[in-house]
Amino acid sequence: MKRLLVAALLAGTLFSSFTPASAEEVSQYIPLPTYRVGAYASSGELWWAGERDYFRYINEVEGGVEGVKLNYEEFETEWSPDRTVEVYERVKAGKDGSPLAFFFTHGTPATYALLEKAAADKIPLIDPAGGKTETVDGTVFPYAFPLLFSYYSQASTGINYIADKVGGFDKLKGLKIATVYHDSAYGRASQPAVEALAKKYGFENIQIPVADPGNEQSPQWRQIREQKPDWVFLRTWGVSTVVALKTAQRFGFPADHIIGDVWAGSESDAIPAGTAAIGYSALAPYPGGTDFEIHKRLKAEILDKGKSDLRDQKLFGAVNYNIGLVNAALAVEALRTGYKHFGARPLNGEEGRWAFEHLTIDDKRLEEIGFKGLLQQIRITPTDHEGGGAARIQSWDGEKWVLQTDWIKADHELLNPLIKEGAAAYAKENGITPRTPETETN
Amino acid sequence: MSEINLPAAAEPVDPVGLKAVGIAAAIAVLLAAPFLASEYWINAIIVPFLILSLAGLGLNLLTGYAGQLSLGAGAFMMVGAYATFSLQLRVPDLPLPLALVVAGLIAGAVGLLFGIPSTRIKGFYLIVSTLAAQFFFEWLFLKFPWFYNGNSSATIALSRGLSFFGLEANTPHGRYYLTLGIVALLTLLSFNLIRGQTGRNWMAIRDMDTAAAVIGVPVFRAKLQAFAVSSFILGIAGALWAFAYLGSASVQSFGLTRSYQILFIIIIGGLGTIRGAYFGAAFVSLLPLALDWLFQHVFGGHVDAGLLQNIQKAIFGLLIIWFLIKEPEGLARLLGLQRAQGARRRLFPS
Repeated sequence: MKRLLVAALLAGTLFSSFTPASAEEVSQYIPLPTYRVGAYASSGELWWAGERDYFRYINEVEGGVEGVKLNYEEFETEWSPDRTVEVYERVKAGKDGSPLAFFFTHGTPATYALLEKAAADKIPLIDPAGGKTETVDGTVFPYAFPLLFSYYSQASTGINYIADKVGGFDKLKGLKIATVYHDSAYGRASQPAVEALAKKYGFENIQIPVADPGNEQSPQWRQIREQKPDWVFLRTWGVSTVVALKTAQRFGFPADHIIGDVWAGSESDAIPAGTAAIGYSALAPYPGGTDFEIHKRLKAEILDKGKSDLRDQKLFGAVNYNIGLVNAALAVEALRTGYKHFGARPLNGEEGRWAFEHLTIDDKRLEEIGFKGLLQQIRITPTDHEGGGAARIQSWDGEKWVLQTDWIKADHELLNPLIKEGAAAYAKENGITPRTPETETN
Repeated sequence: MSEINLPAAAEPVDPVGLKAVGIAAAIAVLLAAPFLASEYWINAIIVPFLILSLAGLGLNLLTGYAGQLSLGAGAFMMVGAYATFSLQLRVPDLPLPLALVVAGLIAGAVGLLFGIPSTRIKGFYLIVSTLAAQFFFEWLFLKFPWFYNGNSSATIALSRGLSFFGLEANTPHGRYYLTLGIVALLTLLSFNLIRGQTGRNWMAIRDMDTAAAVIGVPVFRAKLQAFAVSSFILGIAGALWAFAYLGSASVQSFGLTRSYQILFIIIIGGLGTIRGAYFGAAFVSLLPLALDWLFQHVFGGHVDAGLLQNIQKAIFGLLIIWFLIKEPEGLARLLGLQRAQGARRRLFPS
């Protein structure tokens, strides 16, 4: 046994020394903390496939970003913040001569755990449609980027859609809207926004927590049956979404009055729920589908050449796969912005921050990179680390997600003061002096 | 029914001089470690390893020495972390070391409370009642915003960071020394407790509580003592886990899986030994990382990543089973045997 083990180890080191580290020019290092094991693996696998496929496409078809190749590497975390912290520590110094320009956290709890560390290390944390909502205010949180669609925006867009369905904002008055949420930093994050919206429009705000991981939700849905809300906003994640939909069916709550948020609206959520998911709608800053230009390019260059990371090609264009694509594209476009400014060489964390803070993706650019319809227009500034704040709505027809609307913008006039307030409270508690981006050079 | 029957581990005979030199060398290495190891090693491997060892130690006093099975380790760690947060927030004048001690005491008191059923119930039934502590505190700390100061995300973090007596401990070195100091102090305390009357009472109860009562051991008091001391240590370990390692924590950081992890640490390391906690923590926290590292270097890029991760899980599980078959009493005993064999070889060279 012992000899076998030693032999295996020796073989391992030999093998690894043969795998070439022959980078003729230095490539940009991008670590990916992933979860292919554990309760959230079914969402994760497609996500990583999307990210890897897009990075591969950039490397092999476009010859890198402005000529700089991307060197991506995966690390298993099981969606555990503890293990993501470990990974972060492992990679924060960069690799093979490339510093770290940014760190994808791939999970809200991990973003929370790393918030202070990353600010001290000057490494941008990238968590599209996630993260801590207050970090939209880049003057207090220079190194946190909850890109695309903050949790406040998610609440607001959801309410806007309900208003649209019931025939106007004045009809919201007197309605009961229940939020069923995963009881974690992620699930609770939308509460202040829903509260403010309830005050503004006069609907009744019912909050119902589901403890992690949420395999049993009879008490929650019994409560819903008693309180009879008109709409349910579902802010669950992983298995808790499937269980919620099935339990809702059992208790007779109609699926077409349930609106899921970003992380409750993928095939991994809808398919296992079976008939319970028919008619269920979800916010889609990352819509599902393969009708977008980028999918045609990927199909030709990556999938048909057998280079894709997807195990089941039927899932090409699944929501989680498209999440991966969009995230990867945001990173690539930010790096491109940075390379144009600093020169085509791997960026460090401070340069990475500059790059993300000057990232603009307009309609024309969306057409060029093939993301029109899949990604909204993005304009990130030092004071606005969200840069988007809109989503489309998609509904599950029993087989696939069908887009219902165009981009619905969140009510930023209402949300921005909340974000400012939260950020200011954080700054005060932690003794941070907000920076003044106008006076910054470079 | 299922009592844990373990003979008190016999200490192997050791020449005194050698031991002293060994201890001095170990101390020197521990103090110099931050200057030898990289920041990654300190932040991501050594500090969490030390904290998990401390938690293992805490549970081992209760389960390994006093024979009271508990699945509430995570809950008591949670109490310690939230108490530290509350104290630092609401009593800002209290220096951090004192806050840690008070948080430990609060966790100890809570442990005492949840230990009361142990006077009537044993074994698996006690597991259920400690499990109740686990669920209760997960609920409590989420239900009432007061515990996390009402922030929107229900996470806790020390706003002023770690500092004691004007010294900043927010650097990797600071965190390491803070953790090391506390772990060393509490290990010493546990050693002394175990060797004194208290520890003997605990072991007597573990081996047979009726007999212990007959010979005059105050069973009720000793059991509660065990719960209190164990929870005290777990509470401090929890505070360290939240603020010296993670930086911020939520209820999920101390969920049921954490309780299982701590229990595995002492089962794999060796019930009823102090060093078992360290071996167990090393096994549970370092082995998955080592496997990950090995796989990444050997197969990275050649084999499907999802498959690799699942194989690692399987290997880790198999290793646990293999170790436990090989030595049901844990790594501490395995290493003790090796040492005894070494000594025999020195005495009778073949």
